[in-house]
Amino acid sequence: MGMTMHVDIVSAEKEIFSGTAEMVVVPGAMGELGILPRHTPLLTKLKPGEVRVDKTGDGGQEYYYISGGLLEIQPHVVTVLADTAIRAKDLDEAAAQAAKDRAEEKLKDKNAEFDFALAEAELAEAVAQLKAIKRMRERGKH
Amino acid sequence: MAVGKEIRVQIKSIKNTQKITRAMEMVAASKMRKAQDRMSGTRPYATKMRQVVSHLAMAHPEYRHSYLDDREEKRAGYIVVSSDRGLCGGLNSNLFRRIVADLKRQKDAGIDVELSTIGAKSYGFFARLGGNVKAHVSHLGDAPKLVDMAGAVKVMLDAFDAGEIDRLYLCHNEFVNTMTQKPTITQLLPIPPAEDDELKHHWDYLYEPEAKEVIEELLVRYVESLVYQGVVENAACEQAARMVAMKAASDNAGNMIGQLQLVYNKARQAAITQEISEIVGGAAAV
Repeated sequence: MGMTMHVDIVSAEKEIFSGTAEMVVVPGAMGELGILPRHTPLLTKLKPGEVRVDKTGDGGQEYYYISGGLLEIQPHVVTVLADTAIRAKDLDEAAAQAAKDRAEEKLKDKNAEFDFALAEAELAEAVAQLKAIKRMRERGKH
Repeated sequence: MAVGKEIRVQIKSIKNTQKITRAMEMVAASKMRKAQDRMSGTRPYATKMRQVVSHLAMAHPEYRHSYLDDREEKRAGYIVVSSDRGLCGGLNSNLFRRIVADLKRQKDAGIDVELSTIGAKSYGFFARLGGNVKAHVSHLGDAPKLVDMAGAVKVMLDAFDAGEIDRLYLCHNEFVNTMTQKPTITQLLPIPPAEDDELKHHWDYLYEPEAKEVIEELLVRYVESLVYQGVVENAACEQAARMVAMKAASDNAGNMIGQLQLVYNKARQAAITQEISEIVGGAAAV
């Protein structure tokens, strides 16, 4: 058995792969990368594409599709931080603009000063209501 | 028996309400389980991300990103995560109370605050009361997607890049257990330094394509993943809080029905007694 390294493929929503491998092939931003154990520390962007993991002890090969992301290499640990969807700069800009627009919908005729007194009054009311419900419950118990 | 009928109608209506709260309780219970799974699903990514970022902080890159540099706090940004819907007990109000107290402290220190809200309830609250809401997303559904909230995060990150805010905080509910949710405010930017003794010696990564580009993307992903985790955790909190609140509501409805039933029985008995005594009285008169 040759040298091995630990490989983790994770996305923000779930863990995709975790185990040992002899080699990993990833779609790097500058071209395909084949990584063997004891690789020098490296940090790179990934393009959308296929990740191939050659598992240890003739465990076969496994393929995962990723929508881009980042790759970190430490000599015995390889971490693929996969994106859950394809991210493009202009799409991100559009999402940010949409979030801004939505925020402004109701804000137009508002003065910029936050009304602390009203906020506290409202929250005190909510708390009082909850207390009343709790008391009602306790009374019902005996 | 006018009183009797009114009480019967009232009992009927409370029973209907109870049916709804019971159903909501059960729906929340099953959604909570799924939300908890989702919550634990986000952990590996967050852990790995934190590891990589702490490695990066240990490395000595030729390029140092502004997200890692502490600067004087003159303006602050808050990303507020709340639920979209109500009927979840004190979940949102407890969080808002914590935030309002914090905002007041900031205001007293002369620090202006910008908000970005995720969830309809936080937007409703802060926009109505004149908060400086810069960005908003809501209705992410039961299974929130990272890309759906990336816009609200990006607005704040852009503000940080442009020097419009010097600190960025995340406010959400922390899932302690089914009965307890804890409102928390954590600092996202600048990224607080991590402790890690493994890699103290002088070293650096190779970067492809360039250090600046890669580090920038990594740190943006890092912040996004933290916010995403907050959103997912808050969703689990929401379901737990709703389940508990609806259980309380069902129990309360049960108590009310019991009390009304008692009043109803008494009224019915009184009416029967009165009728009998009237008949007896009538018979005696004949």
